[in-house]
Amino acid sequence: MLEAILVMSLGAVVLGAALGYAAVKFRVEGDPLVEKIDAILPQTQCGQCSYPGCKPYATAIARGEAEINQCPPGGEEGIRKLADLLGREFKPLSAEHGVEKPKAVAVIDEQTCIGCTLCIQACPVDAIVGAAKQMHTIIADQCTGCELCLPPCPVDCITMEVLHETVDTWKWKYPVFPLHPAQVQS
Amino acid sequence: MIRQPQQQLFRFNGGVTPEYHKDQSTRVPIGVPPAPTELVIPLHQSIGGTPRPIVSVGERVLCGQRIGEADGDVSAAVHASTSGTVVAIEMRQLPHPSGLSSLCVVLQADGHNDWIACSAFDYEQATAQEIRDYLRDSGVVGLGGAVFPSHLKLNAGHQIGIDTLIINGAECEPYITCDDMLMRERATEIVRGVALMRRVLNAKAVCIGIEDNKPQAIAAMQTAVSESKEDFAVTTVPTRYPAGGAKQLIRVITGIEVPHGRRSVEYGVQCFNVATALAIYQAIALGRPLISRIVTVAGNVSNARNFEVLIGTLMKDIVALCDPLADTDRVIMGGPMMGVELASQDVPVVKATNCILLGSQKIFPPAPPEMPCIRCGECAIACPADLQPLELYWFARAKLFGKAQEYHLFDCIECGCCSYVCPSNIPLVDYYRFAKSEIWAREKEKALADEARERFEFRQFRDEREEHEKVARLAARAAAAAEAKAQSAADLAAASAGGDSGGDDATKALIAAALERARQQGGEIAPKNTGHVSAEQLAEIAQIESRRAEIREQAKPQLPPDS
Amino acid sequence: MLRVLAALTPGIAAYAWFFGPGVLIQLGLASLTALLAEALMLKLRDRPIWRSVGDGSALVTAWLIALSFPSTGPWWLVVVATLAAILVAKHLYGGLGQNPFNPAMVGFALMIVAYPLMMSRWPGAGAAMDIGQAGALIFGSHSVDTVTMATPLDTLRTAMHGVETKLSVETFLQSRPDLHAAWKWIAAGYLAGGLWLLQQRIISWHMPTAFLVTLIALAGVSSAIDPSAFNGPLFELISGGAMLAAFFIVTDPVSGCTTPRGKLIFATGVALITWIIRHFGGYPDGIAFAVLLMNVAAPLIDMYTQPKVFGLKDDQGSRHD
Ligand code: SF4
Ligand code: SF4
Ligand code: SF4
Repeated sequence: MLEAILVMSLGAVVLGAALGYAAVKFRVEGDPLVEKIDAILPQTQCGQCSYPGCKPYATAIARGEAEINQCPPGGEEGIRKLADLLGREFKPLSAEHGVEKPKAVAVIDEQTCIGCTLCIQACPVDAIVGAAKQMHTIIADQCTGCELCLPPCPVDCITMEVLHETVDTWKWKYPVFPLHPAQVQS
Repeated sequence: MIRQPQQQLFRFNGGVTPEYHKDQSTRVPIGVPPAPTELVIPLHQSIGGTPRPIVSVGERVLCGQRIGEADGDVSAAVHASTSGTVVAIEMRQLPHPSGLSSLCVVLQADGHNDWIACSAFDYEQATAQEIRDYLRDSGVVGLGGAVFPSHLKLNAGHQIGIDTLIINGAECEPYITCDDMLMRERATEIVRGVALMRRVLNAKAVCIGIEDNKPQAIAAMQTAVSESKEDFAVTTVPTRYPAGGAKQLIRVITGIEVPHGRRSVEYGVQCFNVATALAIYQAIALGRPLISRIVTVAGNVSNARNFEVLIGTLMKDIVALCDPLADTDRVIMGGPMMGVELASQDVPVVKATNCILLGSQKIFPPAPPEMPCIRCGECAIACPADLQPLELYWFARAKLFGKAQEYHLFDCIECGCCSYVCPSNIPLVDYYRFAKSEIWAREKEKALADEARERFEFRQFRDEREEHEKVARLAARAAAAAEAKAQSAADLAAASAGGDSGGDDATKALIAAALERARQQGGEIAPKNTGHVSAEQLAEIAQIESRRAEIREQAKPQLPPDS
Repeated sequence: MLRVLAALTPGIAAYAWFFGPGVLIQLGLASLTALLAEALMLKLRDRPIWRSVGDGSALVTAWLIALSFPSTGPWWLVVVATLAAILVAKHLYGGLGQNPFNPAMVGFALMIVAYPLMMSRWPGAGAAMDIGQAGALIFGSHSVDTVTMATPLDTLRTAMHGVETKLSVETFLQSRPDLHAAWKWIAAGYLAGGLWLLQQRIISWHMPTAFLVTLIALAGVSSAIDPSAFNGPLFELISGGAMLAAFFIVTDPVSGCTTPRGKLIFATGVALITWIIRHFGGYPDGIAFAVLLMNVAAPLIDMYTQPKVFGLKDDQGSRHD
């Protein structure tokens, strides 16, 4: 009896020590949760989630204050990834926050632009170049398509242009066989 | 060191031996199609940046004149394939599986075929950089199908020198015979090109690898080599697909396996296609840029043969010369194993077009429907990259891209051996292509998102800083005002005590401060956020700016006052 | 798959020759059940029926079940086992190619756990019975208790308890050279079929070799140490369908390993566990459990035995590293 107890407790101590050692020695420096969530969010910084940017939304999700389905640019795929990361149930995109749209960039009609700099102040990622009374232009590569520059423009010269597929952005499609309706899913 | 033809060869794992059908198109010599009247020359024809058009609509160009200038170092120029007039620079459909369009220079041929003045390039006197630029501007790219700009590969070994220069004449894909015919008919020029390359690369040994199913090409090359008195080895390699893959050929000839993501030059080997050797010869010795290539037309045609085709000739014009059979329902660029199906024949021949393969239900019956993978492992045995295609298939299908990468998805050379042997008829390569392009797209997206995050964070930081500065400024101003008040009160007291002169000074100081402030603010109106704008964009902005200045003059009364 | 069926025929012929046509009835029963079950499941799952049934994979499962079951067992034994194999082990896991467990072995394991006594109703006496007798046995309505046909082997197997059993089997076989010979011939039949499969490149050499070598080695060493407690290699090879397992059961590609090294490990594992169960376990034969246990480990083994990809093999280095 006594031996058994001794042996068991000895085993427990040894294993516990080993585990403790391993925990210290092989510790994985994990990203804090907010960073991980932020890495999934599309960084459009559009605020459609009702937070002032992707990071604040990520923080809110991490704190459990926000749902995972509030980011329209991230779309369904984004929600799925968040659901995976957080072990939460997948939810369809919440309609009150917007709808998923194809990726677009803003374009300024240079003939109409009056150089008021209002859009520069609105753009969250500094994708607009210009100065007071000078024509403004948008660097398409840096524009996230957040549409925040549209409302401030006093002469409505900014429009969103959907990005079309080019030879460079074209992707091979998932092989699909019409004969097998059941196999297309998955 | 002279390598004997009977040197020891190595083998790569896997591979298959499909039916080759090569004799179809080797019966007649390389033909020259009638001069086309219209040429559509895509600007983007090689790996890397898209060349910028340097001609304008309406301009007359000469044959060999550069019409697209290489964009950066990883890019290659494009040239007019004949003389004529530029009638358009517009989006035209490309020979690409997507069927999408891209910028092309459309040339109306004048039928004279006037060349630019060509002169040999004195590479012996040139620096490495000059050779590199020259080849880039001659538009020489790998003609085996990968269209990797050759100058990048030729430069690589310039200083160090390499052990073996391998010339790839293996041509392992079924149906394709363009290299075979080229070696039979132009062996001398190829050998001269190889000699040039060898000198540029400073290679110790040269090995021309040809599959043993091309005896005539081997004989021709051997004769050319012995006539040229060079010590090149013409190595006969066993016929097994994909022995013509650069990595596989390097393995067979030298025993070296070049891992994915490494360049063969790191292992002292460099590999070029025979057609590239010819292109280099023409560029350096004759001063002629790359404007044509040999194209095999085979498959569902009654007269399969090879043509020397000007880049930009429409495929349908070439196909028409070979009498396609009525039941043709597909056009494939490349061979049956690695080729891509094109949406139409109405696309130009480009530098990558080694073969135009016509298909019909009869020669390429539609694959029976895909059955589940039974994990038989045939694909793993056939895979020349020693991958586990079945696992890759599983992960690609389930879109587990991370796992697929762990199983070395990007080592896959898309040779098609696995799909070829799969008893369940799974189009495995399609899944890998899908997974690869999906992963690339995601990585690109990720990079953009990261950049956006950075810019957003920087902006926030700047806003905050500006906020702080503003608060500080306000505070400072308030303090100054208080002080000034106290001062002026004191001054006033002093003035009341001792006359008006002090008050005058104070006013002057205040005016000076105001001016200073105004000057500072004026300075701040300089364009913001212009650091990352290219020179052209700036020029454009300036141009538009001047135009708009006039408009603003006219519209002035209605405008709200600017900040 | 059809060639696998063909490769089974020599073994079946020997079986039927020595133990009567009972096995043929069982084969028919199992095949019919398997085909019906397969067709039903494909229909329910909305898959093309004819092509999938036509691949013969269900038949292979059925035949393996029929051959590993006692040929004089009651009819419902194979039927239930086959149903379990096709419906549960195969289709509920996603159908051909997706099943993590070898369906035939799932059927076998299920029945041996549920009806150990029935599963030991082996034909005996080495005397071929005619089809009528076999039919009566198989379709007869006797309950377990009323089975009077219990053969000596049956008695021995049901009475198996640890080490004693082996002794008695050994002695039994020695006392019955005719039975011994029969099993030898059957094993030879399977061997011939298996070799043909190898030659046809349907299966690779890895699995059968590893399985048989391990079994022989274990039996050789253990019987050399203690001949009274362990069977010799020959007995191990001819008893309990070791040959059937080596060429037809462990080689199931779907549920086993696919990498070359993985195959070796997998088959070695199956042989080891089989031998342990045979000698230290409570069941007369452990192949089914061994296969199922290794099936669980197969994905892991595959993961760790991936061959080195092109260019990443150890035997070469980069020049400018
Ligand atoms: S330019 Fe407009 S749409 Fe684009 S990121 Fe800036 S504010 Fe958003
Ligand atoms: S296509 Fe890729 S996976 Fe398939 S055999 Fe070729 S290299 Fe291997
Ligand atoms: S060859 Fe086809 S069926 Fe066989 S393992 Fe590979 S993918 Fe699966």
